Amino acid sequence: MITVSHVHKTFPLKNETFVALGDVSLDVADNEFVTIVGPSGCGKTTLMNILAGLEFPTSGQALVSDSPITGPGPDRGVIFQQYALFPWLTVRKNVEFGLRTAGVPRDERRERAQHFIDLVGLHDFADSLPRTLSGGMKQRCAIARAYAVNPSILLMDEPFGAVDALTRVRLQEQLLQTWSQEKRTVVFITHDVDEAVFLANRVVVMAARPGRIVEIVDVDLPYPRTEELRLSPAFTALRNRVWSAVYHQEPVS
Amino acid sequence: MTVVQVDTEVTTGSPPTRERRRRGVPKTVWNLLSVLLGLGVWWGFSLTGFDIPAPPEVAGRGWELIADGTLADDVLASLGRVLAGFVLGVALAVPVGFLMGWYGVARGLLEPWVQFFRTIPPLAIIPLAIVLMGIGETPKVFVIFLASFLACVIATFQGVVNVDKTLINAARVLGARDGTIFTRVVVPASTPFILVGMRVGLGSSWATLVAAELIAAQQGLGYRMQSAQLYYDLPTIFVGLISIGVLGLLMDRLLLLAERRLTNWQERR
Repeated sequence: MITVSHVHKTFPLKNETFVALGDVSLDVADNEFVTIVGPSGCGKTTLMNILAGLEFPTSGQALVSDSPITGPGPDRGVIFQQYALFPWLTVRKNVEFGLRTAGVPRDERRERAQHFIDLVGLHDFADSLPRTLSGGMKQRCAIARAYAVNPSILLMDEPFGAVDALTRVRLQEQLLQTWSQEKRTVVFITHDVDEAVFLANRVVVMAARPGRIVEIVDVDLPYPRTEELRLSPAFTALRNRVWSAVYHQEPVS
Repeated sequence: MTVVQVDTEVTTGSPPTRERRRRGVPKTVWNLLSVLLGLGVWWGFSLTGFDIPAPPEVAGRGWELIADGTLADDVLASLGRVLAGFVLGVALAVPVGFLMGWYGVARGLLEPWVQFFRTIPPLAIIPLAIVLMGIGETPKVFVIFLASFLACVIATFQGVVNVDKTLINAARVLGARDGTIFTRVVVPASTPFILVGMRVGLGSSWATLVAAELIAAQQGLGYRMQSAQLYYDLPTIFVGLISIGVLGLLMDRLLLLAERRLTNWQERR
């Protein structure tokens, strides 16, 4: 369970301070899939970095299972937009990386890595170097790598932002499939409204200057989510609601 | 002059030719043609009254020097100096470069010195080296060491500074601590830079060799050329020049091979 309460984050600029996050509060329940959507500069990546333990709030608190976040930890897996695969390691070695740092013995490492490589459908490429993979495959490898250390929370920062629209739809479906097989708490950042609604239990809409939450939209559509659902009126209605929350934001005076 | 020639040949030999390989005629054919053409031009110059020896004359002298063992002794002596200086230089440059790239304090303390000594050509250190270290092997190796160290330390430092921040973050969120991040992310990620630094360092090692052998050497390619100069023995000078060029090229190719092997994972354009 994630609790963010009254988090502020400011960065010093030349002669002023930039408010990346101004008073953000959010609770995410266990095994919930939450997407955060908002225009650039709304602080969504900052929020994720705080949850990942790569940055710290200026004031306020971010808690995981009721204890404050003091740094990165194996309970939280992170998937970056730029894949961040180690280019000198094969897919298998990349997936094993976190297991090696955790001191998991070789055989068990192999087995667990193989399980998640299979889960994301990369078994034919397990011994390939990242440079030979397409963007979508790289991201699937990154997902397998994050899953392998068995985190209870997955933080995803625009993971499908760099792939083409067709691949993106496939990856979304695959992610939901993976998630339904291996339930985790997911915080997923995106700027794509369709993606946000399609994936989530709840869509958190953020606004910029200062970064804040303007609306939280519950998506009570059933899983598994299919192509028909994408075209259904219920989906469209939710999508339109999120769309107007994102694109018709009143600037704060 | 000789020094500069050798240096450019060693360091800029390969990159422009790689592209050409993809189009029809094999690269080696062009290379061979170029060498033959060069020999032709050289021969031409020697025939039209320029005071340089013709290729057969140089080849003859080369054969004499090989036959009586002088060339082998000289090559071994020079190679020994270059390798000793180069290996020592790289061995120190890599850890120092890592320290500078990784720790702000080390960078603050070391950078002024590295930058300062970088602006002094290693050759300019020779007078000081002779005074302080006498005329044995030490000053020669030292000057070569300095040349390769300075070239390699900057490259290593740049390599560490350039490591993608997301890769470090990715390792951190996978539970890696500083030590692990260093050995398993920073070191492999900066390997391509280090290898480029080593190639540049090798180039400057050769460049410094001849001048270093002016310090009362008894043997070595630079010494041989220096003494040949006294007797106006141009063929011997040519043999020396060609030997240095060929050896430098061979060593550069070896490093290039190592680079290909070690950084095979890189996306190349």
